[in-house]
Amino acid sequence: MFYYLLSITIVALIISFIFDKKKTIKAIQVSYKKFTNILPAFLIMLILVSIALFLVPDEVIMHYLGSKNNFFSVTLASIFGSITLMPGFIAYPLCGILLKKGVSYMALAAFTTTLMMVGVLSYPVEKEYFGAKVTIIRNLISFIISIIVAVTIGFFFGELI
Amino acid sequence: MKKQNNFIKIIFIVFYFIFIIVSFIIDFQPGKQIGLNFKTFTIEMLKILPCAFILIGLFEVWVKKEKVEKHLGKDSGMMSYFWVILLAGTTVGGLYVAFPVAYTLFKKGAKLSVIFTYVGAAGICRIPMTIFEASFMGIKFTIIRLIVSIPLVIFSSILLGNYLEKKKYNLPLKSNL
Repeated sequence: MFYYLLSITIVALIISFIFDKKKTIKAIQVSYKKFTNILPAFLIMLILVSIALFLVPDEVIMHYLGSKNNFFSVTLASIFGSITLMPGFIAYPLCGILLKKGVSYMALAAFTTTLMMVGVLSYPVEKEYFGAKVTIIRNLISFIISIIVAVTIGFFFGELI
Repeated sequence: MKKQNNFIKIIFIVFYFIFIIVSFIIDFQPGKQIGLNFKTFTIEMLKILPCAFILIGLFEVWVKKEKVEKHLGKDSGMMSYFWVILLAGTTVGGLYVAFPVAYTLFKKGAKLSVIFTYVGAAGICRIPMTIFEASFMGIKFTIIRLIVSIPLVIFSSILLGNYLEKKKYNLPLKSNL
């Protein structure tokens, strides 16, 4: 995935450069400025993530998601998903393992959807762009959507009753 | 207030790194683990962020404001949601990449509901991630998830966008972000 992104970026830069040298240099200056200005917020986020992953390691997630009580497991799954930040290539194999261990589709849906849509730890970054109020509302809405998704998944996989 | 806030942040960051360094010197396991977590995620993001920001820079320089306004702005119709979901599908990384992209779109004239849809969709329907998900969780899981979540994302984004526009709320407009 890294190489795919890198090659697209290089090709885009070359094409841009052929068409207009000045604009391309301007674009790189713009990128640099934007990047360095948001970097402190990213640093805070990375620090929070490193601490959160220590406090809530994979084993803990595995342990609690396996609960037979749907309400309990979905609630915990969505809280874990909201506070952790995990790239998809780590999260889905983990979910694959959990599925084999008997964790419900519903809890996993709650976990992955909140993981992808709700970002408590990325708050420092999101706030810089959207402002605190919108960031909080957006995350709350995303949390509710995740719960709806989880319950629907539970219904279609026959886990609700 | 802002200055004081920055001061606290700097203290926090400095304290964190001192803690990590000391942990490695005295072989304090939890501290070392946190340090390693930090390293893993920093590398992960440094693989994506510079490229993402260069693409954002190119977008900002090349794409005309009128174009974005016409297709994603206040007078654009339902198709605008389709376009941003398509764009979200090709986004890499995660939410942290979606925020700067959304912000750039907004500054170029996209309406609020469209950029919220973009952020939501960048979470739930990035194509590489979705393929990955289907292979681990099964295609049924992925399809149900997409069918349920996409309409909800669009619907809630329209509600939130309209609400904020009615309240004349604007995103913090900073020239340097």
